[in-house]
Amino acid sequence: MDKQTDYGTPASRNTEQQVTLDIDGHSITVAKGTSIMHAAMQAGISIPKLCATDSLEPFGSCRLCLVEIDGRRGYPASCTTPVDEGLKVHTQTPKLADIRRGVMELYISDHPLDCLTCSANGDCELQDMAGAVGLREVRYGYEGSNHLSAEKDNSNPYFQFDASKCIVCSRCVRACEETQGTFALTIQGRGFDSKVAAGNFDNFLDSECVSCGACVAACPTATLMEKTVIESGQPEHSVITTCAYCGVGCSFRAEMKGEQVVRMVPDKNGGANHGHSCVKGRFAWGYATHRDRITKPMIRKSIHDAWQEVSWEEAISYAASELQRIQSKHGRNAIGAITSSRCTNEETYLVQKLVRAAFGNNNVDTCARVCHSPTGYGLKQTLGESAGTQTFDSVMQSDVIMVIGANPTDGHPVFGSQMKRRLRQGAKLIIADPRAIDLVSGPHVQADYHLKLKPGTNVALITAMAHVVVTEGLVDEAFVKARCEWDSFQYWSEFVAQPENSPEAMEAAIGVPASDLRAAARLFATGGNAAIYYGLGVTEHSQGSTMVMGIANLAMATGNIGREGVGVNPLRGQNNVQGSCDMGSFPHEFPAIATFPTMPPAPCWKMPGADRWITSQACASPICWTLRLMVASRRCIAKVKTLPSPTPTPSM
Amino acid sequence: MITIYVPRDSSALSLGANQVAAAIQQEADQRQISIKLVRNGSRGMFWLEPMVEVLTVQGRVAYGPVQPEDVASLFDAGFTEGGQHALSLGLTDELPWLKRQERLTFARVGITDPVCLDDYLAHEGYRGLRNTLVQSPEAIVAQVTDSGLRGRGGAAFPTGIKWKTVMVAQAEQKYIVCNADEGDSGTYSDRMIMEGDPFVLIEGMTIAGIAVGATQGYIYVRSEYPHSIAALNLAIKEAYAAGYLGRSILGSTHDFYLEVRRAAGAYVCGEETALLESLEGKRGLVRFKPPLPAISGLFGKPTVINNVISLATVPIIMDKGSEYYRDYGMGRSRGTLPIQLAGNLKHAGLVEKAFGVTLRELLYDYGGGSASGRPIKAVQVGGPLGAYLPESQFDTPLDYEAFSKLWAVLGHGGIVAFDDTVDMAHMARYALEFCAVESCGKCTPCRIGSTRGVEVMDKVMAGTDHVQNIALLRDLSDTMLNGSLCALGGMTPYPVLSALNHFPQDFGLSEAGVNKKERAA
Repeated sequence: MDKQTDYGTPASRNTEQQVTLDIDGHSITVAKGTSIMHAAMQAGISIPKLCATDSLEPFGSCRLCLVEIDGRRGYPASCTTPVDEGLKVHTQTPKLADIRRGVMELYISDHPLDCLTCSANGDCELQDMAGAVGLREVRYGYEGSNHLSAEKDNSNPYFQFDASKCIVCSRCVRACEETQGTFALTIQGRGFDSKVAAGNFDNFLDSECVSCGACVAACPTATLMEKTVIESGQPEHSVITTCAYCGVGCSFRAEMKGEQVVRMVPDKNGGANHGHSCVKGRFAWGYATHRDRITKPMIRKSIHDAWQEVSWEEAISYAASELQRIQSKHGRNAIGAITSSRCTNEETYLVQKLVRAAFGNNNVDTCARVCHSPTGYGLKQTLGESAGTQTFDSVMQSDVIMVIGANPTDGHPVFGSQMKRRLRQGAKLIIADPRAIDLVSGPHVQADYHLKLKPGTNVALITAMAHVVVTEGLVDEAFVKARCEWDSFQYWSEFVAQPENSPEAMEAAIGVPASDLRAAARLFATGGNAAIYYGLGVTEHSQGSTMVMGIANLAMATGNIGREGVGVNPLRGQNNVQGSCDMGSFPHEFPAIATFPTMPPAPCWKMPGADRWITSQACASPICWTLRLMVASRRCIAKVKTLPSPTPTPSM
Repeated sequence: MITIYVPRDSSALSLGANQVAAAIQQEADQRQISIKLVRNGSRGMFWLEPMVEVLTVQGRVAYGPVQPEDVASLFDAGFTEGGQHALSLGLTDELPWLKRQERLTFARVGITDPVCLDDYLAHEGYRGLRNTLVQSPEAIVAQVTDSGLRGRGGAAFPTGIKWKTVMVAQAEQKYIVCNADEGDSGTYSDRMIMEGDPFVLIEGMTIAGIAVGATQGYIYVRSEYPHSIAALNLAIKEAYAAGYLGRSILGSTHDFYLEVRRAAGAYVCGEETALLESLEGKRGLVRFKPPLPAISGLFGKPTVINNVISLATVPIIMDKGSEYYRDYGMGRSRGTLPIQLAGNLKHAGLVEKAFGVTLRELLYDYGGGSASGRPIKAVQVGGPLGAYLPESQFDTPLDYEAFSKLWAVLGHGGIVAFDDTVDMAHMARYALEFCAVESCGKCTPCRIGSTRGVEVMDKVMAGTDHVQNIALLRDLSDTMLNGSLCALGGMTPYPVLSALNHFPQDFGLSEAGVNKKERAA
């Protein structure tokens, strides 16, 4: 199984300046701020290490990665020493070999010698390092102080904590802090008594641990190990896949043994998650091989019959003939389909194509109808595209983050962690939510303003904030003039500036002190890069589309559109809402969000460069949103609906 | 009105100074003698504490060590006029211990009322600050640099260069942090300054703030120093009230705020980066360097972090000029060092001398030889992580470079003497045990190595696989010396290897069996 390269320390954030140095005779040019360890790995030179891993900031505790640098005293750690122009670095010398062997001898003097039966056998950095430094004996013996009889903590259902194997590298503690931002883990005691502890509690399950698995991924030994690996052994191949649980869309390596998943490991190359995960994607994959899962085609003639397993050929021909029968009996519009935002672009495209080309109608819709269609509509109306404006990584450039009607740490945990990382770096936080979500006050995260608005007053709130921006002269006029429609802006600003929209006038209705609202609006308008993140607390309201437009207007008025760190960011419910919409899943939009013509041309209106499959019948058909489709199906107007995923039904 | 001095220094208090002071007041009241009782700092002669002084027309006359039961007889002897008594020591200024010192940093200690600003001002206090206020930051830093002052905490890094790094660093906020976590066994000069002349430290920190553009200072004092904390807080309060701290110092454009922070009892928090972590409210874990605290220190801001003595020496440099200070000393060790004599010595106490004085002079001329009367076998200089020096090295002058050549350190200037009954193998084991107890646990060589070191020493002392375990002790020392993250693990081999190299017989080795030139590095 291929292993992902570990550069030891994160890449330098400095992308402008380059530094050239010499490592073991190789001339290497890297970004300024890169660690010597990272630079060496870029050149394919692997320096021994245990406490360093490239998802975490350097720590400098294991002392294996020491190097020699010409002209410098001592043996600096390559993980904590940044590159410098003209450095001459040696990573392998007799003296370094001595020190490294000495350190490894100390490590192993307090480590069980059960490598052959250890769950990390084959995937243990401690074992690798003992081999790399050539450790051949442990002269201290094993009768001295040790942690070999430390108890295992099996409280967590997904992973085991075996303290006897811990080397106190603090990677788990740092992962909990830096990667996840939960701060559940710590080191208790000091010196030789130092040990990893989950909060102030006795075990992991009772602690604040959220089972994200970041500590397990970071552990270089068998100390923190997935129980599935303990049971099944090491995987032998891996498959890259995307988690379908939420709208973050984390990339995973499904580590397999044949057809059996051994563990799901977040992919470091994942653009949305960068190697992080939450409990759902990481551990809740039992469905993959669950016995309840339907893996063979089944048919039944009526709801009163039992399902019967049949061949694919029989299933498809039966479905096709029934669809034809219903259409011929009840009319062309009697059948339709609903796509899921958990499906790929290809799948949703094919479903809507089936509907439009084969069924000859527009009876197709997507589950996003019930969650984020106000986003689609509102952003199309204001920004011209029914899409969020940023990538997740954009948040790392934000100075002010406003979260409206969303609970990222629960609903989009991996993005929530990224947001918390930015907040710990000092970004300001405004939360508009009736609930005291975790972001309001947590470890090293504190909302600057928590606007506890009354449910149903979103539009009043955003308008009152706009009122402050307009009446206090906080509009980014240059941006508006250059990038927006000036006349429309003036119309809007006159409206929001009306006294009845002021925070004071709306205070009673919204339930938020006017002073807080004013202060929050000022912070949003003047605090640097300001970004809005919103969720179903915005869209799943009768005034959802209006609120989305209000959000977009506030962002535009303050110049917070069009660069990293700003923007309007809907937090979606599934991992491919955007794709499924773009693929033409909506009844009123063709693929690529092409506008639906109001009057059917003859022959069929055709998109530039589009396929020729859109029938004139489809163009002529009325649009039928999910709700109508569902209601119609119950009234037997639409007789058949095909559902690639069962999500929408319970959603309604 | 007769002025009588009874020290408030911890050393005097531990010997009954408060009871003596109370007895004197009571006796004076009974005899209807009007006295003014001043609680001064200690003169540094601990074998004479509590040492009571009386101000007479001839000068201050000393008596000691005084116990409460001596007080009545002192009055009977007319000590309020300097009368003779069995405890008479004569004029304080004429005492040889004091007369042969060069007290620059300790100029006022024992003389003034430590928490009285007027007394401080009357004894040349705040003259350095007044000179500072009319100079540019560059000029102040240049004056400190030119004085040759080096970090008195032990690392001996040039103070002026450290300040310059912070001065040129660009930041909205900078800090001055005083390292008053004086945890080295056998050292107490920081404490004596804080208890005996807190204003000089406050003045030094204020000057540092003005020099580098820092407006906030913290004094991180070990919790075992309650009297230091009390004295500092009293002095800081007075300084604020008189405009020497706070907004616009003495009407200038400079602000400087100062606060005492109480440490939590970890030796490792005397290491500057662990101190900063602790000051930030975190576990006292050592940080890696770079970045240096001067670039990214407290709360990630440029920070001057200096020892008490370094900062308390700045006022006299700013008062009398860099040449005045630089003219003391030898080689690259300029000025004076407050030396703390401790251990098996007849006369333990504080001696401030220009660099260049030899160990032998200190041990015999000042210390009076061992308290036990037996030969002095070894001294440990520079705290528990300092090397042991044998009698053959006693003529070494106190000089950073001279000590470095012997693979020893001056450290914070603490000297602990041992007579010939000491078992140096036991002392080596103690050094490792100390490291094991105090290790922060971050880096592997210190965390595991110190515990293994104690175990190896136990085997050496028991004679188990003797040759192999001596070799292992040396290998372990090498790993700790070269591999540790900070000086705690990195310097523990100093006492261990110096004991082994200088006193092989205590480790069960013949003298010939050891290559004396062997160095861990």
